[in-house]
Amino acid sequence: MAERIPLVDYLVLGGEPQLVAQECEQCSARFFDRRNACASCGAAAFRAVTVPREGTVHTFSIVSMAPPGVPVPFVAAVVDCGGTRVRGCLVNVEPRPENVTLGMKVRLTTVPVGADSAGVEAVGYGFEPV
Amino acid sequence: MAQDVWILGISMTRFGKHRDKDNIDLAAEAAAAALADAGVTMRDVGVLATGSLTGGSSSFGQLLQKQIGQTGIPVFNVANACATGATALRVAIMAIRAGETDIGMAVGVEKLAGAGLLGAPGQAPAGDGTWSRRGRFGAVAPLEGRVGTDSMPGVFAQIGLEYGHRYGGASFELFARIAEKNHAHSTLNPLAAYSRRFTLDEIMNDVMIAYPNTRPMCSANCDGAAAAVVVSGSRLRRMSPEQRRRAVKVSASVLTSDPWQDGCQVLPDVNTLTRSAATQAYEQAGIGPQELDLVELHDCFATAELVHYDNLMLCAPGEAVGFFESGATWRDGKTPVNVSGGLESKGHPIAATGIANIWEICHHLRGEAGDRQIAGARVGLAHVIGLGSACGVHVLEKAAA
Ligand SMILES: [Zn+2]
Repeated sequence: MAERIPLVDYLVLGGEPQLVAQECEQCSARFFDRRNACASCGAAAFRAVTVPREGTVHTFSIVSMAPPGVPVPFVAAVVDCGGTRVRGCLVNVEPRPENVTLGMKVRLTTVPVGADSAGVEAVGYGFEPV
Repeated sequence: MAQDVWILGISMTRFGKHRDKDNIDLAAEAAAAALADAGVTMRDVGVLATGSLTGGSSSFGQLLQKQIGQTGIPVFNVANACATGATALRVAIMAIRAGETDIGMAVGVEKLAGAGLLGAPGQAPAGDGTWSRRGRFGAVAPLEGRVGTDSMPGVFAQIGLEYGHRYGGASFELFARIAEKNHAHSTLNPLAAYSRRFTLDEIMNDVMIAYPNTRPMCSANCDGAAAAVVVSGSRLRRMSPEQRRRAVKVSASVLTSDPWQDGCQVLPDVNTLTRSAATQAYEQAGIGPQELDLVELHDCFATAELVHYDNLMLCAPGEAVGFFESGATWRDGKTPVNVSGGLESKGHPIAATGIANIWEICHHLRGEAGDRQIAGARVGLAHVIGLGSACGVHVLEKAAA
């Protein structure tokens, strides 16, 4: 089987895909990017925490205009996963306003990104309706 | 005691397409008109602050000086996204409050006619064809469309629907009706980039950019410049009766950035810093939101205007939808908002916007707004947001008779 790598550092592949946040050891603020220190309290120590795979749609937009090479329309969203807000696209749903409701339940899933010249497959994530 | 500060002269160019003029031409036109309006010359100006995101130079202000007067004064070249113009003005005001000079000028300009989608990064090159990790998310491919969106229309669409999620009632049609208002207002503004009235049907059936924002619900990319001359109260008192009569008091000048809020790095929080700027501004001015005769707020998208009714406390918390539906923000309403046509219709030449909205307020306070004059206007508020974020709020008052 071809090698698979995650689209972003905070996505962990395996049996079930998981998102792993950096949580400030002092104030528990959560981040998904490489950190220098905590934006909330300034502390510099973080622990890795797994974000719940299920959540609700906090807000969304159906984006129909994008730079060349980005397929449209797509559903951009913020999903509330047990109190942690996550940015991601809604997938496995027709991108039409009547199909997306605020507060709808969704769960994390993987989305193929493509393979590079060495045959390594990159894998992204999205949220699909439960 | 810090100096009180006044707008002595202010101007904006027509917003729209200026094919034969570059950024310097437009900035020089606005600056010359502001100086003439103020009744002073470059020789009187002690500090210059300029901004232009498309100006192509980190010393844009000096390029401008070379066309309007190299007097050796300090120049501050500022950038603060869509709050750049307000930031330039804020710098000139701070210099006066600090007692460093009596007269300052702020200029903002942009050439954006025909510019496409703003805010979304382009596609990264494939490199040698193998995945490599980049940026602070360690991404192997561009994230636009793969992990939500960074495009401005998409981000502000989510900001508007988030408000709807919290408080209810924010439908596609409601947002379209906000754009309908601003386009209707612009028909009275000869300097607006667009001054055609749109029907609600036209707005809702136009090209969808990012649901629920269609094209006429998005700010209009255009060319334009605006400039303001500010003066200390002590210097103004020695000026002519005409200058004193037309001067507009800067009762509050506030700039904020976004404080940490849960989730603010996932979707920008434009609410907290706006509410904070407004709170500080009302306190500085000793004026409450109920006393405002008109407001120019940052309607970069129709979805943004709704949330700022609440953030600027023009309505009770959570009641922006009902506030709009009451007709309060139409030009004949209780608190007219964006009688210029706003960014959606007047246009949004980024660095000019934060001065142009103050020009609009001053125009009404001076009683010089012609067909679109808000009768008897005495107090106004101008607000801008630069995503990232920076928020500028200015409260302006008519000179006492
Ligand atoms: Zn912390």
